[in-house]
Amino acid sequence: MIPGSFEYIAPSSVDEALALLKENGESAKLLAGGHSLIPTMKLRLAEPEVIVDLNRIGALKGISESSGTLIIGALTTHYELETSDLAHRKIPLLAQTAAAIGDVQVRNKGTIGGSLAHADPAADWPAAILALDAEIKAVGQGGERSIKASDFFEDLYTTAIDPEEIITEIHVPIPGANTKGTYLKLPQIASGFALAGVAVILTQVENICQNLAVGVTGVSSVPYRAAGVESDLRGKAFSSDNIAAAAEKAVDGIDDVLEDIHASEAYRKNLAKVYTRRAIESAAS
Amino acid sequence: MATLAGPSRLIGAPIKRREDPRLIQGLSHYVDDLKLVNTLHCAFLRSDYAHAEIENIDTEAAKRLSGVVTVITGEDIREKVSSVPCAAEIEGLKIPNHPALAVGRVRFVGEPVAAVVATDPYIARDALDLIEIEYRELPVVVDMDKAIEPDSPVIFEEFGDNIAFTMPLDAGDVDKAFAEADHVISHRLVNQRLIPIAMEPRGVLAEYLRGEGTLTVWSSTQIPHHLKTFLSLLVDFPEHRIRVIAPEVGGAFGSKLNVYAEEAVVAYLAIQLGKPVKWIEKRGENFTSTIHGRDQINYVEIAVNNDGTITGLRAKLLANMGAYYQLLTPIIPVLTYLMIPGAYKIPNIKLELIGVLTNKMATDAYRGAGRPEATYIIERMVDLAAQKLGMDPKDIRFKNFPQPDEFPFEIPTGIIYDSGNYQETFNKALGIINYDDLRDQQSARRKRGKYVGIGICTYAEISGFGPSIGVAGGGWESSTVRIERTGKVTVLTGVSPHGQGQETSFAQIMADELGVDIDDIAVIHGDTGRQPQGIGTFGSRATPVGGTAMLIAGRQVKDKMAKLTAHLLEANPDDLVFENGKIFVQGSPAQAVEFATVAAAAHNAVNLPPDIEPGLEATHFFEPEKFTNPFGAHIAIVEVDPDTGEIDIQRYVAVDDIGHIINPLLVTGQVHGGIAQGLGQALYEGAVYDENGQLLTGSLMDYAVPKATQVPSVENDYTVTPSPANPMGVKGVGETGTIASTACIVNAVVDALSPLGVKDIEMPLTPNRVWQVIEDAKKGVSE
Repeated sequence: MIPGSFEYIAPSSVDEALALLKENGESAKLLAGGHSLIPTMKLRLAEPEVIVDLNRIGALKGISESSGTLIIGALTTHYELETSDLAHRKIPLLAQTAAAIGDVQVRNKGTIGGSLAHADPAADWPAAILALDAEIKAVGQGGERSIKASDFFEDLYTTAIDPEEIITEIHVPIPGANTKGTYLKLPQIASGFALAGVAVILTQVENICQNLAVGVTGVSSVPYRAAGVESDLRGKAFSSDNIAAAAEKAVDGIDDVLEDIHASEAYRKNLAKVYTRRAIESAAS
Repeated sequence: MATLAGPSRLIGAPIKRREDPRLIQGLSHYVDDLKLVNTLHCAFLRSDYAHAEIENIDTEAAKRLSGVVTVITGEDIREKVSSVPCAAEIEGLKIPNHPALAVGRVRFVGEPVAAVVATDPYIARDALDLIEIEYRELPVVVDMDKAIEPDSPVIFEEFGDNIAFTMPLDAGDVDKAFAEADHVISHRLVNQRLIPIAMEPRGVLAEYLRGEGTLTVWSSTQIPHHLKTFLSLLVDFPEHRIRVIAPEVGGAFGSKLNVYAEEAVVAYLAIQLGKPVKWIEKRGENFTSTIHGRDQINYVEIAVNNDGTITGLRAKLLANMGAYYQLLTPIIPVLTYLMIPGAYKIPNIKLELIGVLTNKMATDAYRGAGRPEATYIIERMVDLAAQKLGMDPKDIRFKNFPQPDEFPFEIPTGIIYDSGNYQETFNKALGIINYDDLRDQQSARRKRGKYVGIGICTYAEISGFGPSIGVAGGGWESSTVRIERTGKVTVLTGVSPHGQGQETSFAQIMADELGVDIDDIAVIHGDTGRQPQGIGTFGSRATPVGGTAMLIAGRQVKDKMAKLTAHLLEANPDDLVFENGKIFVQGSPAQAVEFATVAAAAHNAVNLPPDIEPGLEATHFFEPEKFTNPFGAHIAIVEVDPDTGEIDIQRYVAVDDIGHIINPLLVTGQVHGGIAQGLGQALYEGAVYDENGQLLTGSLMDYAVPKATQVPSVENDYTVTPSPANPMGVKGVGETGTIASTACIVNAVVDALSPLGVKDIEMPLTPNRVWQVIEDAKKGVSE
């Protein structure tokens, strides 16, 4: 597994990185944690001429809180989120999702921004990011813009980010009172990626569902919000029957369910329903 | 034959592996860690097609790349490197020519077609992309059932069909047994193709010294001595000028019990170029081009009476060879054929074993090698019979075991089991897991809607390979024990450990034998220059065969030392005791002479008795008279999640009988590892080729080997029935776990789902597959 030759540049600021992207166009690739890019290069499925390593840009790292929002630098590692006191106190779902990713080595190197930009349809972050109504901040030649999670994922390995843009931060609104979340997945046993992963955020007042958000990854070519489940349960009691009935709608309207040697379309649909039910039950209990 | 002498101090002690400190600190030297000045680097271009004619190869652009030294193809070396060897001798076996680099035609994805040598591995890899090959695709043969049909495309036209060999057996009166049986149970059982995945891929470094006329080859191999002989034949180089070294070897599981095309090509290139040449296998190559394991389809019938007595077994065994043979390819399924009755008395057996050629990588020895398949066949069939009879799977097993007084016990395939007490081992396992209560608990949990299953596997194995008549290339082992001038002990052994831990266990044996500290013993292996003769490590043979060779060589040295000591002390050699680094007359430890003093006296050679030569060294070749036959009982409890098909292994009890135990820590480690690999087959692993012969599971992202968190905690215990095959009474433990756990887990899952009418599930039991079986069963879709 030997990659083709490439030039390696490690800028120390986002502006420098943007200039390198502009200069090199399609022949440049951004390196974050490298857990997807480097294997792809070693297999020569990708042969970028220039690698722009973002790891020396301090501005892209760290977790902070500002006016009801957690601001996560794009280069924050999964491990940092898994162990962040701030994440645990304000949005435990983030820490829980981070802990479900890969293995220790992957979590030590892999970053939330890198994972989102790669947009693997079975990655873990998309489920949580969708359920939490996060916003992805990106900067390009034309300045900064903000993209809603629901607009971010466009297709397999394809996002709303332009080739000459860099993700800088993920802004996650801190949920209000009586809100709980959970992330559950069944991993593909070899890769650890989700055959189905479901992130749930729900607001519960006296066992009544006031609000519900369900993000689903691994099931479709694009991660999605299970809108049918959300609307079905909203306003109802969190009874086993109600949850089960709502969870049956976990793949409603999804017409591109994935199928491969690891899981059939029928099985993935089943998993989406079962894991939606279990995630809601777990969060509501 | 003598037995172990004196009170043991170290044999039986749970000593930590002496190998581990260097391994876990990264201080070991694998092939890729070895650096020779001016080394060139080799890379192989491999076929992307499973079956195609090579119309043209253009290497000009690759040769022009700066840093490329040479590029060779099959045509360039067809007269210079001979066919990759197969050691199988089977009546009627069709053996295809197996060129080291393809000539004219490619027959599997991953077959080497060209080799590049360059000044660094990056340039070598870049050059591969510059080689242009024009292929003309041919029809691909991937499915064994179809491959043996008369209208199938043929892989070797000279053979006329894809049948490599057919081996029949007809023992007893099978037709009568089936005609008279109360029940006949028929089933198709598939043992899927597996990929061994050693942590360290293969690697070869070769150096030819023109002046000395010597060739030294470092290879990640289990069989350095065989490799030396075969290399001499492959590249026509005199064997007595070749030295093969297996440095640290990072696992193999049978996959390096072989002689590969790359070993021959790298040696050839080193000789031609006069510079060291290195090739390190990439993980992707390890998937496509290192041997695979298993891959059998078995059509099995058993005849059983109402009381559970099994009276007959009939089977057609289809064994996938792949496209070419590696060293032992056709022999592996013969072990299935020989061991098919497992731990049971089945008087009438009729078999037809068919070796089938397909456009896939060759199969060969993978941990267990033929025996997990046999165990899977008989253990699944016994459970199916119990299910049919409404009998407890425990009872049908007891019903058909041979009695302890029937050993040595001959089975109809001609194998004679050396020793055994299957009842004792099974009873111990049943007691540990509290079997009778367990069935009650199972009923209660089933009433609460839980899918709980209990799986049993009672196996008999053949190992300790073995008498030379039963092992291609010889089954003996050789060892030299030398006491250095300073009293340190050098043990040289022909076995080639690569994770098994014999640097520890052999030292334990020798420390006890010579009465010296274990730290004063070095166990050296894997170098034909230091230990000139040997066979290697495979088939759970290292301790029963190699350990015995060492023990006897050690005793010969000890006898000589006793004679010399007797001369110095004016005592009778038979009265001497070797203990704590001293030698003394029994009862007179105060008048002891130091072990090291006697060693020095032997080397100084100024006061030797007349019949004693200088030095303290002995070499012994041990030829075992018989195989050994470990056995055991494994029991698993599983719960299946009916919503998702996920399997939770709640308990796993393994009671094994491997004869006497040298080091219980090493033994339990071997059993744990074996169980992990066996449950990998049961639950996770399976090499998937598509209809074009492309390997779909060609990376660790798609092929699942069990990880630590996916392996249950195992409760181990043992019974001890010594083997009569060697003086230590050991049987070998390298493969027991793999042989037992696959069938054990599958039996447990099928038992869990039996209330739904499920009788079988094809491996691997992925959640998807188990869920589908449950869905089909609920809908009343029959198997």
